[in-house]
Amino acid sequence: MSWNRLRRKVVSGAVVAFCAAAVVLALIPLGFILFFVIGHGLPALNAAFFTQMPKPVGEPGGGMANAIAGTLILIGLAAGIAVPIGIVSGIYVSEYRKTSLASAVRFSADILNGVPSIVIGLFAYTTAVLPFQRFSAIAGGLALGIMMIPLIVRMTEELLNLVPPTLRDGALALGATRARAVFTVILSAALPGILTGVLVALARIAGETAPLLFTAFNNRFWSTRLDQPIASLTVQVYTYAISPYDDWHRQAWAGATVLIGAILTFSLLARAMTRRLERMHRP
Amino acid sequence: MSTTGPLGRSSGEGRLFPLLTGAAAVLVPCLVAGIALVLWRESLLSIREFGFAFWRTSIWDPVAGQFGALPFIWGTLYSSLLALLLSAPVALGIAIFLSDLSPHALRQPLIFLTELLAAIPSIVYGLWGIFVLVPLVRRLEIATPAWLKGVPLFEGPPLGVGLLAASLVLAVMMVPFTASVAREILKAVPSAQREGAYALGATRWEAIRMALFYGRTGIIGAVMLGLGRALGETMAVTMLIGNNPRISLSLFAPQYTMAAVIANEFTEAADPLYLDALVEIGLVLFLITVAINALSRVLVWRVGRERTVRAGRPVPAAAV
Amino acid sequence: MTAVKIETRAKPRAPGRDEAKAEEPMILIEGLTLHYGDKPALKGISMQVPKNRVTAFIGPSGCGKTTLLRCLNRMNDLVDGVRITGRILVAGRDVYHGSMDVTELRKRVGMVFQKSNPFPKSIYDNVAYGPRILGTRSRAALDQAVERSLGSAALWDEVKDRLHESALRLSGGQQQRLCIARALAVEPEVLLMDEPCSALDPIATAKIEELMDELKSRYTIVVVTHNMQQAARASDVTGFLLMGELVEFGETPKIFTTPGDRRTEDYITGRFG
Repeated sequence: MSWNRLRRKVVSGAVVAFCAAAVVLALIPLGFILFFVIGHGLPALNAAFFTQMPKPVGEPGGGMANAIAGTLILIGLAAGIAVPIGIVSGIYVSEYRKTSLASAVRFSADILNGVPSIVIGLFAYTTAVLPFQRFSAIAGGLALGIMMIPLIVRMTEELLNLVPPTLRDGALALGATRARAVFTVILSAALPGILTGVLVALARIAGETAPLLFTAFNNRFWSTRLDQPIASLTVQVYTYAISPYDDWHRQAWAGATVLIGAILTFSLLARAMTRRLERMHRP
Repeated sequence: MSTTGPLGRSSGEGRLFPLLTGAAAVLVPCLVAGIALVLWRESLLSIREFGFAFWRTSIWDPVAGQFGALPFIWGTLYSSLLALLLSAPVALGIAIFLSDLSPHALRQPLIFLTELLAAIPSIVYGLWGIFVLVPLVRRLEIATPAWLKGVPLFEGPPLGVGLLAASLVLAVMMVPFTASVAREILKAVPSAQREGAYALGATRWEAIRMALFYGRTGIIGAVMLGLGRALGETMAVTMLIGNNPRISLSLFAPQYTMAAVIANEFTEAADPLYLDALVEIGLVLFLITVAINALSRVLVWRVGRERTVRAGRPVPAAAV
Repeated sequence: MTAVKIETRAKPRAPGRDEAKAEEPMILIEGLTLHYGDKPALKGISMQVPKNRVTAFIGPSGCGKTTLLRCLNRMNDLVDGVRITGRILVAGRDVYHGSMDVTELRKRVGMVFQKSNPFPKSIYDNVAYGPRILGTRSRAALDQAVERSLGSAALWDEVKDRLHESALRLSGGQQQRLCIARALAVEPEVLLMDEPCSALDPIATAKIEELMDELKSRYTIVVVTHNMQQAARASDVTGFLLMGELVEFGETPKIFTTPGDRRTEDYITGRFG
């Protein structure tokens, strides 16, 4: 083999080895992180964790029941804001994709997606906390909802675009108006996918901390009121993590495990959903 | 064929549909503009008080009412760029492996794994960082030989928290995200390009290089997207960087980033000037990330990738 | 420029044609069987591809002619789950033997694809790609190789003043000739062509057929085509494949006028395919 050929082969082999190593290198932190968090978190997960309130500083025990409830309420609020706006916007962008408004929406959605969550928190603070002079669950829900909107818009647009044009043509040929065709036929075809995507987006924003720091703030007590500060799993984990108390650290691991568990569950669910959808739509 | 009006509808169609859906749609760009406007308005006090000196001064002393934001820009850029340097090659390697080298059976599980990694919340990385990474970095710092400690890059007491720890966790966080986007870019490169290279006797790497060349703007875009995300990363950074508004070259020194200072000090700030100063930092962070995202979007879209939606994936933070 | 004739023309007798039969075949295929997973795509194919001739593979869609072609330069290696038994000898060397370096094989056996696939680079860089990876660095040598290859592909005159323009600006027919030039630049012995004209208009097609005729004096050409008239016009030897089997293989005039197998006759007369 000539020198040149040998050199090329060695270089090629080295690159392949590097890429394989990179994959392993990426999996090691993942393994470590999951292993550590779950390893520390599982032992700390008990009934008390899910049912009790946080105990005062220094007292061991207690749980994150209020934080879990708070997170559920917050993502519910976020969904309430983002899903209608997101889906309807997605419908517009899909139906009228050549207009300049559609381009503007697509562009803004991508931009909004990249805005740091802490900045969104600042915005929500100014619009929903300042005027009322208090932190509230609604402000937190607003911040999370704003973060969800671009995800829902893009996803709805893509799913609607995937629906075969024959479906739309069929509806229109039967005399349906555009609105009717969209809402009855096209949307229902895309709905399972949209719902799946909403689930995934919810899982994602459920893990957000920064935008809640000065909107929903935090709450040591049980509260489901929308106009009061509310606890959340993420902020609680953060508070406990940076505290000096071992017991609180323990509970922080537990909280993180619950978060990971939720995200993993939603992702697997969504993946199974997508597989079924693909199978259904395969010609 | 009927004509299309400004809203995109054809004549003879109802007006209500495009109007209502358009009204919802217009909210999105309005939101972006609204955020910019609100941030601007709420930082006016600070802008008027300090002007551009805000970004050149390095004294951040809330008690004395002195606000100079240079340390935050420094910390943000230093940590993010270092993280970029560490993560980009690994992310690219993973993207190449997943698109070109992986055995068929491994491909889907690995892709899923990568995207799961991208979906792990920042707070979990931060938690892991505090209890695993920081002690590790601290041991590394202690083990640094004395002669190396003289170099400005390695000065300072072995605290564990500091720029290095923050950059490492940022790098770990950036890898799966950047890998994900880069993989999609590579997937969109027509296989005919690689085949053409192979048919001329190219080695594996040479054919991959051709695909990388074809998708180069998209890949740069992917890396920039990752950078944009790192710049705005808050929780993991604030838990690991030491939160000290001091400009330092040393990897071991505790420093501060824009996102971290807002997260830490916003609820403490009572003084309107203090608050506005923090919001001004938020405004600049907003502008920087918008610029980077806009630029990378142009790059990524120019490759003309076909985006197949996979609603079943964990959605990484800029589902481009 | 001579007028391009599109109808079937009488094939000029290549010098020493009768001696060709006594030469070693350029490519020898023995009992080639290929499976995609557990589906057989090629069944026991045996043939001898003569040197310095144009050999055509014809057959209905899905008969395996492209698969067969891609075995000759081991492009099927790129597909998952492919199993191959049998032997392929190119210039006497077993292509699938462990000692065969795939990159060297592909240098000696070049390929042009159905749809032209120029790299997103300049015309010059496209043609120079092969020589460059083979180690040619000197500008003069590269210039020479580029001019020679573009000349062989009958493209030089059309592009000599714009070598540094993007290859993507060329027309479809020009891009395909560029791909031929690119393949020729590494100085192969065999040129495989996978339906090279299927995406081209009749004039561009005729140019390429003319090219094949010129090139065969220096290279061995194997072309897959779904266009029977093209095979009849442009090839010296034809193989008819049907459902993975090589039904008949022989001199082109004979195949098209007095085919030995009933199935060949049915295909050629258009009863199916």
